Amino acid sequence: MPQTASLHLTNRLHIHIVLESESERERERGARMAEAVVLLDVWVSPFGQRCRIALAEKGVAYEYKEEDLANKSPLLLQANPVHKKIPVLIHDGKPVCESLVIVQYIDEVWSDGAPILPADPYARAQARFWGDFVDKKIYDCGIRLWKLKGEAHQEAKKEFIEILKVLEAELGDRKYFGGDAFGYVDIALVPFFAWFYTYETCGGFSVEAEAPKLVAWGKRCMERESVSQTLYDPLKVYEFVCSLKKKYGIE
Amino acid sequence: MARAAAEDVKVLGHLLSPFVIRVLIAFRLKRVEYELVDVRLAEPKSEILVKSNPVYKMIPVLLHRGKPICESSVIVQYIDEEWSDDGGSSSILPADPFDRAIARFWAVYIDDKLPYLIRALRWEKEAAKVTELVGQFRQVLGRLEQAFTECGKGKGFFGGDAVGYLDIALGSCLGWIMALEKGKSVKLLDAEELPPLAGWAERFLAEESVKGLVPDADEHLKVYEVATARTSATPAA
Repeated sequence: MPQTASLHLTNRLHIHIVLESESERERERGARMAEAVVLLDVWVSPFGQRCRIALAEKGVAYEYKEEDLANKSPLLLQANPVHKKIPVLIHDGKPVCESLVIVQYIDEVWSDGAPILPADPYARAQARFWGDFVDKKIYDCGIRLWKLKGEAHQEAKKEFIEILKVLEAELGDRKYFGGDAFGYVDIALVPFFAWFYTYETCGGFSVEAEAPKLVAWGKRCMERESVSQTLYDPLKVYEFVCSLKKKYGIE
Repeated sequence: MARAAAEDVKVLGHLLSPFVIRVLIAFRLKRVEYELVDVRLAEPKSEILVKSNPVYKMIPVLLHRGKPICESSVIVQYIDEEWSDDGGSSSILPADPFDRAIARFWAVYIDDKLPYLIRALRWEKEAAKVTELVGQFRQVLGRLEQAFTECGKGKGFFGGDAVGYLDIALGSCLGWIMALEKGKSVKLLDAEELPPLAGWAERFLAEESVKGLVPDADEHLKVYEVATARTSATPAA
């Protein structure tokens, strides 16, 4: 490792002349950064996972704080007074809320890492459109799949399969939604890949049968460390939903 | 800054949609000429609409050199980036990433709350429910006034000295807010309760980039049925 002399001016106005190796300086930077970046989250939240994946893609060290939604921390209530929801990214004490807003923020602040949104304005617009589509459609329709019965359940199933087909058509034969590079839409959607088992089991259909390219895409994304280290086993997610169903007294 | 020829830039929509108005204000700010094309929204919808927005079949749609961009917030950001003057005077989103995140957060909040409240209030005839909706509306506007204080930092607009992303997101809804106030005989943006926000609304509507784009209350009421009967103590149907 090359040795470099560097002059550090801390905010207590001590002047250190330090002989450091590259890796030591990186470790120190990592430690400082980790204090400066906090993520308030819940393990199973697909919205929180978007943020975790984005941070991992950028190589940003951060402190993860697991919230108990039945007993929200004062920090969460202070950081997101409007919605009192996770995820919240707190950077240098300043809170950012709404998962896709957070992902864009991460992309803009840590702009030296691999870009999450593409450079071209038209491609960015397409990415934002599809990220918004995922936001509007999947989670709410998914909830109806496991919460509702009878006619309403059939409606939800029809709608959900339609959503999958639209996404399948948009993906086409591309490696990722953005093309060759893993990006914004992939990050918006991939946390739900771990929910496919839950959706198909509660819905009574097969995601693979309805959207095989989407399943292949999900597996490709799982080859990325940022994704495989973040998503939980689909069975764990299903267990979680079953416990929710019990809590709400749903059969 | 290159001025795009109007034939390059088509917006599908009409002025009674706040979402369409957002797009037009953004173009005015960038001094970009556009052609506004009305389309049929009732079935069978216009072919150009279905072709360019197959997912939602809704307005607005921006067609730039024939390529479609949909969803008003996406379109406004596209306009900001495509006709960028690198953080100059016509920038719609703020320059600082944190300020951008705050602007985006509140724009999501507006889209979460206002379209639903506008629609619900427009069609509600039952007095008690109208009162409830008005209460919710005023609460939302109260929160947005707090946002105005935070984002505006003492200046005239959410964007500071000039109209920006959040001004456009909320200001585009003022036509409907005023129409509902008149049609339902209620106060939503109450100047006595929310003087800073009322002041902002007046300034916004007087802006060059906005003038003529927000139809007045009567325009709205002419086209849409708004219950004009004064709310009374009559029992619900």
